[in-house]
Amino acid sequence: MAISLDELKHVAELARLNLSNQELNAMQSDLNRVLESFRQLHELRLSGVELTSHSVDSTSVWGEDEPADGLSRSDALEAAPSAEAGLFLVPTIFE
Amino acid sequence: MDLCGLAAAQMRRMLDSREVSAEELARAHLDRISRLDPAVRAFITVCEDRTLTDAAEAQKQIDGGGQGALTGIPVALKDNMITKGVRTTCASRILEKYVPPFEGTAAERLRRAGAVLLGKTNLDEFAMGSSTEYSAFFTTRNPWDLERVPGGSSGGSAAAVASGMAPIAYGSDTGGSVRQPAALCGVVGLKPTYGRISRYGLVAFSSSLDQIGPFGRSVEDVICAFEAVMGRDPHDSTTVDMPYDGSKAREPVLKGRRIGVPSELLSGEIAPDVSHAVRAALDLISDAGGETEEVSLPMIEHGVATYYIIAPAEASSNLARYDGVRYGLRIDADDSIEMMKGTRSAGFGSEVTQRIMIGTYVLSAGYYDAFYTKAHQARTIMKRQFQEAFRKFDLLIAPTSPVPAFRLGERLDDPMAMKLADFCTIPANIGGFPAISLNCGFSNGLPIGVQLIADSFQEETLFSVALALENLLPPFALPEIEVA
Repeated sequence: MAISLDELKHVAELARLNLSNQELNAMQSDLNRVLESFRQLHELRLSGVELTSHSVDSTSVWGEDEPADGLSRSDALEAAPSAEAGLFLVPTIFE
Repeated sequence: MDLCGLAAAQMRRMLDSREVSAEELARAHLDRISRLDPAVRAFITVCEDRTLTDAAEAQKQIDGGGQGALTGIPVALKDNMITKGVRTTCASRILEKYVPPFEGTAAERLRRAGAVLLGKTNLDEFAMGSSTEYSAFFTTRNPWDLERVPGGSSGGSAAAVASGMAPIAYGSDTGGSVRQPAALCGVVGLKPTYGRISRYGLVAFSSSLDQIGPFGRSVEDVICAFEAVMGRDPHDSTTVDMPYDGSKAREPVLKGRRIGVPSELLSGEIAPDVSHAVRAALDLISDAGGETEEVSLPMIEHGVATYYIIAPAEASSNLARYDGVRYGLRIDADDSIEMMKGTRSAGFGSEVTQRIMIGTYVLSAGYYDAFYTKAHQARTIMKRQFQEAFRKFDLLIAPTSPVPAFRLGERLDDPMAMKLADFCTIPANIGGFPAISLNCGFSNGLPIGVQLIADSFQEETLFSVALALENLLPPFALPEIEVA
């Protein structure tokens, strides 16, 4: 299941990355080698095996709902590339 | 007398007996950094003002008699660990100027323990890599041979400890990123059980695998460094409150320990000099009364493939936060989507971009079951195989890295060669098991690491055997570093 250039473009779009055709071409063969190495998992008998998404058994952690200080608005905005009137400022999202 | 080569435990005694002050110790390390780091390049940021403030605070604690194991001890943190007011870059252009407004839990606990922060160390960008060559800024050099890599991704922390620029440093280990550089730099490196150390303030790479771990020049120092930051944290609900007995951990016991040797980790992929040194360590263990026996864990062969699906998948999701809105780099554009795309493309290096692409692909519609689901099923089987082995063995032992330190640039052109560097370390992350790497010898002047792996939350056993094994091996001595 080699990845095509069109698929790569679609994936780059999903990941919000601008990649030139040249960069996509360069990446295609590397990615295909990596994906090829994943094929070994298809040889394992995995049907019916449960999924482990977390290595250590976890349980729900309950806590009292106690208010506590978090970041102040000014601290939260301190590293913002652009802020105005106590808000994050971004370019136009829709007209 | 050179203070900087001493074990932290020895520094502790000298601080307590007033042979040295916290400030003198801090300045000795700052001096050594300014002399050696132009050659080694372990640090992205040295925070001298903070260092001296921390040292003054530590001295007050010592003078008041309220000191702990790390009070006044200089430490370095990998630059993906959030430090309030001290730039935290992840060795990425996208965070090059980021100064966090909060303290991560590990940094906070170290500050309260009176540890003295020297600075922030280099890494592969966002901890993705095994050599620090993927740092967006510069490559760290191996203190034993400046033309070779220190390993990675926590290569800066490993090199800082190996070169005497810090007695203790912390890194993060997602697929081997503490243990592999520890092995390549000849120091001790620990990946605790997943959940032992809070990840709050550890910039997320792969959240189900990431774990903070310390480096030191002795097992005792690493135990102290572990204890200073471990334990449940309300800010990270994956931390656990499991029992840990520090005095049991400090009793070196090898006699009667049943130690399994995974045959998959002493075969094909392993360089002859590495397997030779590890086999010599096995002989020492047997002579000391430990019972070693080969065991087959066939799923190890599928560890790299499993890891390189899970880790990029989680990374592609975690790194979605770098969008140019709240912090970090922004490349302006006429609309928000173009701003995000421009920012991310300018801010991420090629390895990070590649992993985001792999992760996005394996999670995308039509491929999710073929890759991501299978990887999590493989993870289940691998974990079960290890758990089965831990019913029979107290510990497993294996090489840490298939090869000693490789030359700069040697593996950069081959996407799979670099990834195989983590072949021996990945299983402990997949299963969440604690593992520690110690130096077990040298080949052509390059250190070789041996790794002990224990069942989840069995750090006491891990440390007990590590201390006993360390006693059978030559002590650490600083390498000679030629400064141009």
